[in-house]
This record gives sequence, C-alpha cells and structure tokens, in this order.
Amino acid sequence: MTPTPPRQSTPVKPNAEVGRPRAWSDYDVEQVVGRLLQAGVILASIVVVLGGTLLLARHGGERTAFAVFRGDASPLRSVSAAFVGAVHGDPRAIVQLGLVLLIATPVARVALTLGAFLLQRDRLYVVLTAIVLVLLLFGLFA
Amino acid sequence: MSLALFALLVATGSFGAGLLGAVTGLGGGIVVVPMLTVLFHVDIRYAIGASLVSVIATSSGAASAYVREGYTNVRIGIFLEVATTVGALVGAAVANVVPTSALAVLFGVVLLYSAYRSLRGDKDTSAVPPPDPLGEKLRLNGSYPEAPGRIPYVVHRVRLGFGVMLFAGMLSALLGIGSGVVKVLAMDRAMRLPFKVSTTTSNFMIGVTAAASAGVYLHRGYIDPSVAFPVMLGVLSGAVLGARVLAGADVVWLRRIFTAVVCVLAVEMLYKGLTGGV
Repeated sequence: MTPTPPRQSTPVKPNAEVGRPRAWSDYDVEQVVGRLLQAGVILASIVVVLGGTLLLARHGGERTAFAVFRGDASPLRSVSAAFVGAVHGDPRAIVQLGLVLLIATPVARVALTLGAFLLQRDRLYVVLTAIVLVLLLFGLFA
Repeated sequence: MSLALFALLVATGSFGAGLLGAVTGLGGGIVVVPMLTVLFHVDIRYAIGASLVSVIATSSGAASAYVREGYTNVRIGIFLEVATTVGALVGAAVANVVPTSALAVLFGVVLLYSAYRSLRGDKDTSAVPPPDPLGEKLRLNGSYPEAPGRIPYVVHRVRLGFGVMLFAGMLSALLGIGSGVVKVLAMDRAMRLPFKVSTTTSNFMIGVTAAASAGVYLHRGYIDPSVAFPVMLGVLSGAVLGARVLAGADVVWLRRIFTAVVCVLAVEMLYKGLTGGV
C-alpha cells in the first residue's frame, strides 16, 4: 500500500513549460480558475438562499401552477430584468439574479482562461477560447 | 399544492438526486427532469431550465477542486468546448420546434442507455489506436498526478472525440442534463484518455456546455425562479455531501439502487412521451 503523500507546502509546478519563462504557468491558471469557480458557486448560492427565503416568506402559501408553461410571459427573462428587479427587492428577481450569477460563473471562467492565454501569448488557444466566449455571450445576451 | 410544500418536497428529492448522482458518478441532473415532470407534474420546459441551472452548480463546484489538483486537462477541455457549445446552441434552437412528447421519449432512451452503461462497467479490450498527430499539433497531450510523480499520456482520434462532443452538447441543451456519460465516452473511449482525466475534464466542460443553452433558455422563460431554486439548492447540497462524506464508500448497492430509479423513470418518460402525457 502506498500512502498518499501530504500536500506539499511548495507544490511542484507540473504543467509549467521548462525553459520558457512566461507570465503565467498553466499551474497558476489552474489554481485561479479553481478559486473563481468556487467563488462563483458560493456567491450565487448565497443570493439564491436569500431570495428563496424571502420568496417563501412572502408567497409560500400561494398555490403552484407549473403544469402549464407560461414562461414566455415571465418578466424575468433577461440579465438586466433580474438585476433591476432584485435591486427593488422582488424575491423572485433576487433568486433569478442568483441563477444568472451561476450561469455567469462558467462564462467568467472562460474569460479568465482567455486572459491567461493572452498573457502566455498562446495564439491557438486565444482563438479557441475566444470562440467559446463569443458563443456563450451570444447565448446569454442575444 | 402550496409553494412552500412544493419547495420542500422538490428540494428533498433533488437532494437525493444530487447525493446519488455524485456517489455513482452519473450526475444528479439526469433524474431531476423526470422527477419534476413525472412526480410533480411540472412542464418539461421549466424542468429543463431548473435542471440546467443545477448542473452548472454541481459541475462548477466539483471542477473547482479537480482543476487545482491537476487532473483536468484545461486545453482538451477548451478545445472540446468549442464543439459542446456549438452543439448546445444548435440543440437550444432545435428544442424550440421539437414537440415536448418527443423530448420525453428521447429522455427515456438516454436514461435507459445511462443505466446500461452504469451496470456494464468500464472494461474495454479493443485495440488501442495509434496516437493522433492532431494531439501534438493542438498540444492536447498531458500528464496527470499519480503518487509519487505524474504519468504522461497522449490523445487518440481527436476528430471522433470532437464529433461526439457536438452530439453531447446538443443532448445537454435538449434535455437539460450535463450529458457527462456521453462526454466521458468521447474522451475515455474515442480519445483514449486516462479515466480520471476523462471524468474530471468532462466535469470541467459540463458547466460551460450548460451555460450556453441556459442563457438561451433564460430568454425563453424556461428558468422559473420558484421551480429552479429548490432544485439548485437541493442538488448542490446533495452533491457536496455525496462527494465529501461518501467518497470511497462501497457504491455497488447505491449504484444498483440509482440504476433502478433511473430505469423506472425511463419507462415513465417513455410512457408519457408516447401517450402524449407531456
């Protein structure tokens, strides 16, 4: 049985390319990307819990009617509508804002990796990441 | 049913889905849509919107740990995300014209296939194809941590993997699932990546894939806050507990139970779809 080695205080930089000094190694990118994803999920969850609690407090007794789709008439169908409604204290809009933050988390991750590849002057991956980012922004705002 | 009772029951069910999904590796998203439509009579469009949101939460949460541990191949992830996001946007566009009963039938088929894959295990004895020169060109080859150092690997059949990812993206958007089963299939079987790299990189990509169609569905009103919030919080807390507490537990029985649930839901979805009940 091989015991798992304890986490090193000075971790080896496994993916760093030797001999080519760069602004950001792949290892650094991995650490920042991991933290960003974690922060996004935690922030979104806090907003959703807050909005959900208010929603139940104000509308918890109302009868549900989700069997019929009326989403096309919902006022909360855009990033800006969720934001404006949340600022005015509408519980449904606060929840929606939390969900928008959650959807934005992977988008922010792609934007961050794009910045990292720019710093690394990795043109191939700048292009590939930019394509993914444009597609995501198209889905979110178009 | 009052909103408070609905939220409580849906959150409880979603918690179980997240827990079993994390432990078995099938993901919780796959049972959320059938649970909402079959048990709670929620319109499948609301169910798909809520499920996608929960998929983003669990995959981002899990990916944050895997990425920092160095298992995830970020370059492979980004390269294949081009395929999954294109597939997801196509899927979201197609979803507008596909009747919901057809979605239910497709869902039933995907559920049955997932159950089959889960039971069949992951033995593969076919010959390993030669390394793909594209892997070198696109710098997809990498290494993963394995005490005491790192093990290098090369990728195979890049084009085939990319093609399967287009399909995985479409499926994710149409059904509101992470389609991790198909993503792992593309990387593990087609591209011959180490299993741990396949699963963690799949997880890394699921959030981006789901975000592409979730953006579109937000504008179509598929994402209803009252349906989505108990689902998201339930699945996320279940998945966190499943990953933390039950990691390394004997999952054979849990896997069998989950597979049985998946099969029952598959039959229900097929029945509802074929009789026009959705």
